[in-house]
Amino acid sequence: MNRPSSTTAAVADIARLRADFPLIQGRDDVVYLDNAATTQKPRAVLDAVRAYYETTNANVHRGVHQLSDAATDAFEGARARVARRINAAAPSEIVWTRGTTEAINLVARSYGGSVLRPGDRVLVTELEHHSNIVPWQMACERAGATLAAAAVTPEGALDLDDFEAQLGRGDVRIAAFGHVSNALGTVHPVADLVALARAAGATTLVDGAQAMAHYPVDVRALDCDFYAFSGHKMYAPTGIGVLYGREALLEAMPPWQGGGEMIEEVTIEATTYAGLPFRFEAGTPNIAGAIGLAAAIDYLEALDPRAVGGHEGELLHRATAGLQQVEGVRIVGTAPDKGPLVSFLMDGAHPHDLGTLLDRQGIAVRTGHHCAMPLMQRLGIPGTVRASFALYNSTADVERLVAGVQKARSFL
Amino acid sequence: MHADLDEIRDSFGFFDAWEERYRFIIDLGKSLPSLPEADRTEDRLVRGCQSLVWLVPSFDAGARTLRLDIDSDAHIVRGLIAIVLAAYNDRTPEQILAFDMEGLFADLDLLAHLSSTRGNGLRAMVARIRQEAEERLAA
Repeated sequence: MNRPSSTTAAVADIARLRADFPLIQGRDDVVYLDNAATTQKPRAVLDAVRAYYETTNANVHRGVHQLSDAATDAFEGARARVARRINAAAPSEIVWTRGTTEAINLVARSYGGSVLRPGDRVLVTELEHHSNIVPWQMACERAGATLAAAAVTPEGALDLDDFEAQLGRGDVRIAAFGHVSNALGTVHPVADLVALARAAGATTLVDGAQAMAHYPVDVRALDCDFYAFSGHKMYAPTGIGVLYGREALLEAMPPWQGGGEMIEEVTIEATTYAGLPFRFEAGTPNIAGAIGLAAAIDYLEALDPRAVGGHEGELLHRATAGLQQVEGVRIVGTAPDKGPLVSFLMDGAHPHDLGTLLDRQGIAVRTGHHCAMPLMQRLGIPGTVRASFALYNSTADVERLVAGVQKARSFL
Repeated sequence: MHADLDEIRDSFGFFDAWEERYRFIIDLGKSLPSLPEADRTEDRLVRGCQSLVWLVPSFDAGARTLRLDIDSDAHIVRGLIAIVLAAYNDRTPEQILAFDMEGLFADLDLLAHLSSTRGNGLRAMVARIRQEAEERLAA
């Protein structure tokens, strides 16, 4: 992320936003810097979920009664809200899932299962989260296809030459890559990657788990075929996620789970499946989660994205500069375009040592491989300490992080 | 040279602040002998630990005692290993199996200060040592 200069007014507005998050307000003993794992929830989201259960709760789609109608309206309204947020062509292109992981599994199983042939390759990158590796490994194994990974540079950026070279072999059927790296923060030039992959005849899936809280995403501008993300990393509840899929592709894909909700007609002999998107939503969905996600989108859209982006960029800039001042600290991932996330190591200290000593000081960070073991293997490190920021973090939080790392250093 | 269990108990009794406890644990870790690189092999890894923990057991048939050489890539874990070894090392299988390790952790108030994942790693190490002791008894 480029760092726009944040005005004093914008920073003051941001400071006011902390009051919207009950956990952040209530737990001033904790500096929460594990936002890439999950974000805290604003009151507007908590209220929406609670109001749904208190006033509207019923099962959706099937009922003839008023409550079911109201629940269905709210649930389908949430779908339309997501479609507008990411500029999908229609709400039917929005499939509810439990999260990014399930969305990718859906595509790997259903789409991958129907198009992959022996000799085909699926191309990912070395920066991927396990969620964007393992489902493809499984799909490749079933189809006799091969999984390949485009290389990462020592700075933690995607090696574009290698990405192009891999596509140039002409056998890449599906290209799947992250929008923002959860381990290093690197923002990929997603629109360029999609264009390259499409030119090579590959279908594209973007793992947007780390992007949605920080950037307005327009799937049609990106021109990707699939885009997957989770609610809980963008201020919404856990257990709700989204698969965006281009209608023509979704239309041709077979269902992957059977059950209620996804059928048109069932006899003991055979079943005809429901249309989009219901064909991919077997069972009672996470209705409250979907409504919570719509509320989180409303919350985000009421904010000035430039002020939020500027604030988060400022946090990243200060954290990077502050940590670099600590003797023995090395930032891992120095690509020019980064989301608000900093991964680092300290000489002579295991990331878990540092994480534990920060935790004792009330600073919540992530330590370890960040579910990106191939990336850690490539970089030759056991893992990192990762501090990831959200809009409610303050420059005081960054100062406490840097002071905490200084103090931890005195122990080791 | 291994740390003495009574000294460890005494020291923990004096600590008020978390800083003192952690400095002590980390210093214990620094004094723990390292395993040679050649012994840090995949098959010696203790499963269930977040950081890498290698365990090399050997049995002194004459004294009937277990010798445990354990190492980790993390300082705090090495300190916890030193505490576990103070209780277990050069003891007979019977002594190891009779020792109340959960009681020691409770006395030192150790687990309350460890995340559940790290606490589980510590328990995994203890379980691995007890398993070793049981195998020696059965042999």
